[in-house]
Parts: sequence; structure tokens; C-alpha cells
Amino acid sequence: MMVLKEVVRVGIADMNIVKEPMTIRTSGLGSCVGVVLYDEMKKVAGLLHIMLPDSNLGKSNQLNIAKFADTGIYALMEMLKAEGVRPMSLKAKIAGGSQMFQFGSSDTIRIGPRNVEAVKKELRRLSIPIIAEDTGGSSGRTIEFDPATSILNIRTVNQGTKEL
Amino acid sequence: MTSESPITDMHLDVLKEIGNIGAAHAATSLSQLLDRKIDMYVPNVKLVSFDEMFDLAGGAEAIVAGIYLRIEGDLSGSMFFVLSLESSNHFIRRLIDDETFSFSASTLPEIGVSAMQELGNILSGSYLSALSDFTGLKIYPTVPSLSVDMVGAIVSFGLIEVSHYSDEVIVIDTQIREEGESGSTSINGHFFLLPDPSSYITIFKSLGVM
Repeated sequence: MMVLKEVVRVGIADMNIVKEPMTIRTSGLGSCVGVVLYDEMKKVAGLLHIMLPDSNLGKSNQLNIAKFADTGIYALMEMLKAEGVRPMSLKAKIAGGSQMFQFGSSDTIRIGPRNVEAVKKELRRLSIPIIAEDTGGSSGRTIEFDPATSILNIRTVNQGTKEL
Repeated sequence: MTSESPITDMHLDVLKEIGNIGAAHAATSLSQLLDRKIDMYVPNVKLVSFDEMFDLAGGAEAIVAGIYLRIEGDLSGSMFFVLSLESSNHFIRRLIDDETFSFSASTLPEIGVSAMQELGNILSGSYLSALSDFTGLKIYPTVPSLSVDMVGAIVSFGLIEVSHYSDEVIVIDTQIREEGESGSTSINGHFFLLPDPSSYITIFKSLGVM
């Protein structure tokens, strides 16, 4: 029997969580970073699509926590905890952080690598190990994670599809 | 939003006029370059979420040719000219007079890249000089840069600046289209002008609506 897998889509500066048999996906990562936190045993996963490294960069009164590496990863961990996942059993896979163009305003130059560094720093702080990563370069990525297999599928325009 | 005063319909109308004037000049330049009639649609000015911005450009995952440049000076912001791959091919074939030319995400022949960059130069130059004349503001564009990739990856780069302030962006979207023979492929592209939030007030003041 064919089982149609339902895909939960996560937009930019957004996050969500899924349980098997559902999968979770975000499209068109450029300098943004997609962070997957998952529990292999419980088959639960969360995906976060961040744009900026640090919530201190926010100049608005309303803080969208899913936009920043520091606040977003913590909030995603809290969402997973509410589903009964123990932080100790969480693992991470990350992708994105490319440099699409070689110029920009002072704030946007190197924003991709800075996002990746900030994500790694926050994961280290929370003691969540990074199992796999596909970061940097100059290509966009679309990623999809399947909590049943813990496989992260990454599609790029030039290099096709790979699995981490 | 950076200012205390909200953006009203009148403000959006002024921005629409900017899109009108800018794109009309760009369409004229393109028409001269290709010796074809180019149509321009009524500009669309909207306050949209980032995901909606990607949808305007074809959807986050759609593969496009995107020409990006930054604007500095009295006014700062990002500008994109987004074309489907099919439209890019059509344009380059016409420009270099070679019907066999093919431009895809995996093969980017140098002549195609340079033709697209030139297209970016001409279109953004005419758009922005019209905008500068209209507002009296000094506007300095950077050299346009080309990327053939997913809409989300390309356009999000122009949203980084705005994202420090907001989760929404004012976009001035103008679509131009080559008036082709019916059913034939034609050039169909979008200009997206995304002023930085710090420039909203500058624009409105220059046009006397604030």
C-alpha cells in the first residue's frame, strides 16, 4: 500500500515540529540557515528557518523569535520539550548559510557564514550535537527532514539532491 | 515600521507612481535594445510578509535568473529584476542573435551571464535615473550581480536589511512583458524595488506626502 507522506512546510523566519510519518520542509534557503532538531527514538523533529544570527540585531519592539539563531533554537527546543522530548536526546542537522552575492550593505555582507557560526554557538551552548551539516557555498538549498529515518534531504539547483 | 506614523493608501499611491515612472523608462530602454514593443503592467505596491514576497517572484523554490543590486545615497534599498529561465534564454538569443543558445541552471555560458548583467545595468540604470529625477534624491546603484537559483535564496538576500526592523516589507512590483506574437515565448520579468525602512520617510518627504 502506498503511504502518502504529509509534508509540513516552514516559511522564512518560522518554525514547526512534526512526528512520523509526517516530514518537514523549508524551501529556498540562501544566507538563511535551516536547523533541524530531532529525537531519533521518539521520531519527533523540529525545523527552524533563521535569517539573522542574533536577536540583539532586532530593531523592532515585536520580536519574532524564529528569525534569530539564538532565540529560535532555544524556542524550538522548548517546543520539542512540550512534546515530551528530553533535551539530552536531541540531535541537530543544519543546512544553508551560503553567500548568494558578493556585495551588500555592511550588515548583509557575510550574513550566511555569520548565521552558521551563530547556530553552532547556540547548539554548543545547549549541548546539542551536530550530526551533519551542509553549509556555505553560493547555492540555494531546499531541505526536507523525515523523523522516521532521521534523514535530511537537501536539494540544490546545480548539485542535485543529497542525503545527510 | 520605523516611523510612528502609519503607512496610508496615499503613501502606497506615491510608491506606485515611482514604480510607474521607473519601469516605464526601463521598458523604453529594453524596447530600444531589442527593437520590440514592450508592455508594462500597472505597478503593484504592497506591504507583504517575506513568504508572500517570494510568492510574488514565483515561489520560494522556483528557479529564476535574478539580477540584484543595492542602492545607496539619499535612498537605500535593494532592487531585483527577476526573469524565468525561459525568458532569459529568449532575451539572450535575441540579443546575441543565436537561436541555439541555452541557459540553464547547470550551464551558465559566459556570454549569457554578461548579456544578463548588461540587461541588469540598462534596466536598473533607466529605472533608477527616472526615480532620481522624479524625487530629486541622489541614488547610487552598485553594479548588478546575477544569480540563477531558487527565488527564496536570491530574494531573501534583499530582505536581510529589512528583517532587522520588521517581518514585512513594502515592495514596488512592476511587471514588463514583450508584446510577442500570440503563443510565442516572450520576455516576462518583474522589477522589485525594496526600499530600506529607514528610507520610507525620505521618499515620502521628497514627494511632499509627509
